[in-house]
Amino acid sequence: MITLFMNNWQTYLTGFWNTILCSVLALIFSLVIGSAFAIMEILPNKVLRIIAHIYIEIFRNIPLLVIAMFFYIVIPQYVMKMDGFTAGTIGLTLYTSSFIAETVRAGIQAVDSGQMEGARANGLTYWQAMRYIVLPQAYKLVIPPLGNQFINLVKNSSVLAFLAGFDLMYQGQSVASTTFQTFSAYIIVGIFYLIITLPLSYYMRYLEKKMV
Amino acid sequence: MALLEQAYSFVNMRFLFEGLAVTLEVSVISIIFSFIFGLIFGVIRYIEVPYFSAVVGFIIDIIRNLPLLLIIFFTYFAIPELGIRMTPMSASIVALVVFESMMLAEVVRSGIQAVDSGQMEGARANGLTYFQAMRYIILPQALTKMIPPLVSQFISLIKDTSLATIIVLPELLYHAQIVYSQNTTYMLPMYVMIALMYFVVCYILSLAARYLERRLG
Amino acid sequence: MGKKLRRSLLFLLPLLIIFFLSGCSNTQEKNIYQADKKTKTITWGIKSDTRLFGLMNIKTGQSEGFDIDMAKALTKKIYGKNAKVKFVTTTITTKIPLLKNGNIDAVIAAMTITPERKEYVDFSTPYFNAGQSLLVKKGSSITSIKDLNKKNITVLAVKGSTAVANIEKYAPKAKVLEYDDYGQAFTALKSGQGDAMTTDNGILYGIAKENKGYAVVGGTFTNEPYGIAVNKGQKQLLHAINKALAELKEDGTYARLANKWFGDVAGFNLKEAEGQ
Repeated sequence: MITLFMNNWQTYLTGFWNTILCSVLALIFSLVIGSAFAIMEILPNKVLRIIAHIYIEIFRNIPLLVIAMFFYIVIPQYVMKMDGFTAGTIGLTLYTSSFIAETVRAGIQAVDSGQMEGARANGLTYWQAMRYIVLPQAYKLVIPPLGNQFINLVKNSSVLAFLAGFDLMYQGQSVASTTFQTFSAYIIVGIFYLIITLPLSYYMRYLEKKMV
Repeated sequence: MALLEQAYSFVNMRFLFEGLAVTLEVSVISIIFSFIFGLIFGVIRYIEVPYFSAVVGFIIDIIRNLPLLLIIFFTYFAIPELGIRMTPMSASIVALVVFESMMLAEVVRSGIQAVDSGQMEGARANGLTYFQAMRYIILPQALTKMIPPLVSQFISLIKDTSLATIIVLPELLYHAQIVYSQNTTYMLPMYVMIALMYFVVCYILSLAARYLERRLG
Repeated sequence: MGKKLRRSLLFLLPLLIIFFLSGCSNTQEKNIYQADKKTKTITWGIKSDTRLFGLMNIKTGQSEGFDIDMAKALTKKIYGKNAKVKFVTTTITTKIPLLKNGNIDAVIAAMTITPERKEYVDFSTPYFNAGQSLLVKKGSSITSIKDLNKKNITVLAVKGSTAVANIEKYAPKAKVLEYDDYGQAFTALKSGQGDAMTTDNGILYGIAKENKGYAVVGGTFTNEPYGIAVNKGQKQLLHAINKALAELKEDGTYARLANKWFGDVAGFNLKEAEGQ
């Protein structure tokens, strides 16, 4: 297994890098989009609330692979060309943002509603209160669940393998199918995933414990 | 319009529904087994048997932190080494059960932890054994609390069956791919249709969960 | 301290389990020929995405093609008239692992005999001579393999196939994207993810036949003899397959099946494929 890795380390490291890159990009975009929809969901405006609700329900209830394939296969025919990495990252962003929206919304609602009233009474506008009082507290609350979303994101990024996205899984499959050392090739892939996800998941558990 | 009529022809739709049937069959079987195993592993993690729980906990963590796609591959390639022949169907079910029961174990553990510890003490003080208290007092309450995360895990499971196309499980996504790879003008109609099918199934489940939560809560 | 040590030891445990599992591989030395004789059933690894060789029929849900018909004919020759066949759809990434782990008995899936593969599996005598070619959109500026050797060209292929290695040899400058099956690769071509799709001519002709806007260009630039693969050490099964193959060629079944599937494919040289 070690020789297999030594012979293919460049292939694996390229995959590892692409997996990290795609996960981080998708995390940033889905945080922005997810937070926006989370806020829309709790606004007093009914139209915005319904739009946010529809968005969240659609992307929560359709498999990530279907969303990613849609961007890879269908969109280039009608709209614009995009490679597997881009299509996969967009798919991951949309899919994850719906989960993040739910997480953030729960976080905002968990912040005592008295906080908002207090801030308003002290002369802050709704948006100022949201920005400076409620959201910072909400984010603290949602860091562990967000961390778990990020772990899911890293694992889910393996769908790029279907889209020729040169991620860890794709590269591992390449190694497996050229060297025929199936088990070793996939075990190395697994170890690389664990390098990212395992420490994160222990850290999130530690944070959760600390909060309680 | 002619395109849609051809794409959604009787033969194609029947083929898609056959795929949906496989998706549902694999999902239902996997949900049942992963719920049972998830409950067992979750309780083992919670009650902290020395060493044993730590070992179980670590295995759970390893599996939880790997992509399901990798586990599907492993199951399909590794289990026949033990002399058991696997079909894509059985391999998918085993992989889903292994992965999802580990995810559920976490849900169960935190669900039990969320039940007030005073409950256990009270039950024990009233003469119940530890396991009676667990069985009749703690678990029922924990389960009610767990409904939302449990159901979202079940929904994940249904969606995750699509990953098994990689080992050629003839489920919904694979059947759609077969249809449009034979006539590629059907790509868009096929994706719209299967997205709708997955959505309906998953959305109904989440509505049912909300209803159940309200009834019990 | 003790707890930390215990933790790190525990970390090794799952790895040990994995090593143990992978160590188990290739331990079964059972004779597949004799085992199958009892049930009179051969489990074949086939393709379901490859027109003319093995393609799923949407009406029946069954795969159909030259490889499928050959598998049925071979099984009957080996174990007699009432022998049964079982089919497992494989992809290029799953077929060799499934053969090695004993999940399937033999692979008949448009599979080229190569020296690399020969180290892991045994092949029958060639039953079909294909050659690698190119599929492009009609009117494309690409007319031969030479046109691919440019930096901004993307070629679509199937993972781990001989086609990928050949492109790297004949057109090293081109970028190659790999997919799990031919259906996905062609869908990607159609979506504009690449300029040409490459694999064996027989498969490409099958696609071009059903998709009017696409054409096979440039002739063949490699030799791809197809063989039936069995696991290493299954000498008796391999011998039986070779014997049956020779008999099928002798009694005209082979020519009839080849003609059934490839007889009316425009531009395809059947004589060359049959190796006669």
